[in-house]
Amino acid sequence: MSMKEPNSTLNVQELIAQKSNRGLLSFVEKLMPKLLLAIAIVSVLTTLGILATLVVETYIFFTRVPFWEFITGTEWYPFANSTPTFGVLPLVIGTLKITGIAVLVAVPLGIATAIYLSEYASHRARKVIKPILEVLAGVPTIVYGFFALTFVTPILRSISPEVSIFNAISPGIVVGIMIIPMIASLSEDAMNSVPNSMRDGAYALGSTKLEVAIKIVLPAAISGIVASTVLAISRAIGETMIVAVAAGSTPRFDGDLTGSIQTMTAYIVQVTTGDAGYGTTIYYSIYAVGFTLFIFTLIMNMLAQYISKRFREEY
Amino acid sequence: MNYIDHESVAKKTNSRLLKNKVLKSIFLAATMFGLIVLAILLYRIVTQGSEYLSLEFFTSFASRIPENSGIKAAILGSIYLMLVVAPISMFLGVGTAVYLEEYAKKNKLTNFIRINISNLAGVPSVVFGLLGLTIFARFFGLGISILAAGLTMSLLILPIIIVAAQEAIRSVPKELRDASYAMGATKWQTILRIVLPAAIPGILTGSILALSRAIGETAPLVVLGIPTILMFTPDSILSTFTALPMQIFDWTKRPQVAFHDVAAAGIIVLMTLLIIMNSIAVFIRNKYQKRY
Repeated sequence: MSMKEPNSTLNVQELIAQKSNRGLLSFVEKLMPKLLLAIAIVSVLTTLGILATLVVETYIFFTRVPFWEFITGTEWYPFANSTPTFGVLPLVIGTLKITGIAVLVAVPLGIATAIYLSEYASHRARKVIKPILEVLAGVPTIVYGFFALTFVTPILRSISPEVSIFNAISPGIVVGIMIIPMIASLSEDAMNSVPNSMRDGAYALGSTKLEVAIKIVLPAAISGIVASTVLAISRAIGETMIVAVAAGSTPRFDGDLTGSIQTMTAYIVQVTTGDAGYGTTIYYSIYAVGFTLFIFTLIMNMLAQYISKRFREEY
Repeated sequence: MNYIDHESVAKKTNSRLLKNKVLKSIFLAATMFGLIVLAILLYRIVTQGSEYLSLEFFTSFASRIPENSGIKAAILGSIYLMLVVAPISMFLGVGTAVYLEEYAKKNKLTNFIRINISNLAGVPSVVFGLLGLTIFARFFGLGISILAAGLTMSLLILPIIIVAAQEAIRSVPKELRDASYAMGATKWQTILRIVLPAAIPGILTGSILALSRAIGETAPLVVLGIPTILMFTPDSILSTFTALPMQIFDWTKRPQVAFHDVAAAGIIVLMTLLIIMNSIAVFIRNKYQKRY
């Protein structure tokens, strides 16, 4: 070989050292972690943005409406001309009605579905059913809202004439249907993580499948099942379009389920689809309601995380 | 001496087996409930909406007369919205996932970012709408534009994309990375040329599923105040627009029953879009995803 090329006099180690000292390369290598950290911080900024938005605008709301009136008031008439009242409890009650009905529908059906898929279904049946449940989970909520208003409500009205066009039962049931896949798939995951040796032990003692499912698998997977239910409750509390379409817009502080009600989310939709001007008390009230909603769902999410961490049985 | 009372065991066994059988059919019925509801829902929507589903439905704007109503502005708006959401949410989501999986040290900041992401995933979409209205539309002065809605939607689906990308990156085996390092590649070269190409099917599948969530999401658009009767198509990302779910919401709210059928026609289009997107995601997953 000729000695013309200067590089050929270097050994491999020196070559690598020379290459890695190239300005651009080492610059990129140092820059990327910082750049990616900056991108990762966006999700933190999003949370801060949500908090800042809610806190600032809610603060302005509370300079006009007493805090105490808001959290203990039982009358929500923001659109009243003479003396508007801002007591959030009717909206909270509305949300709880929807959530309660949804839980009554979804928890038994969701857990039963999870037991069937995890304990009874054949491999093939599971392969067919699970994707269909995923489709059910992917249906947009506005479609569910349409379904509640045009299908479930007329059925309820034909059963009982007391039910009005807008009511709590129909959207409650449909919100329940919406959260079934969530409870079913998360609970099934929890049941699947129960080791087969435990099932086999029970079978060896002569248990039926049902006894294994109820007495062995269910208790062992209970933390996952409860956590999935709490998460589903959080989804039901924050569900917007189904209630905005089918529950009506009558905030009321009572136990009635057959008449028109209003939830926290539906109020926000009512104001933002109407023409409440920027800067009015009504405008700021959606942030106070949004903040209340945010706190409710945050508590539920943290509770779910706590339950699945604290009570998880490791096998 | 007889330790086992065969008679009572036989009796009990029969009732236990019967219980097992009965409960099994109850569990099966509960499972079928979800599937039957889905079938009814699809059947209802197709029978209600097919009457209005024609070529004119795609080429007409919204109208006060049901027969003349169409989704031209809405479907273009939804497509433009996705063109904004897809790059922004994927850039942010994949960047965050790469940081968390490849660079993040085990410290408080990392832990905080992780907890924050899982909590962000639980924030109701209507609250994201309030964020978009206040920060993007008013504070940054973007108004009721495609960009403001796109940024809001991007943040809404960000947690989903992050989690999907994290899983995809985690599933790339260590051997591939080691081989790359052994060839003298730097960390970033390894990530860019080895890890990300290997993870891209998983990332794409997760991102398409997240986008299909965004295309059907209505609540943030309602809070932003997206108009529903729009007689023009948007010409830039700063112009106002309407979207398919928004249009469906408007038709559903109207008292005239005829508009419910128009809404059903809109739902058919929306659901078809969703099915196409989901099929692409499943196709990518089955075709390109390697198992190591």
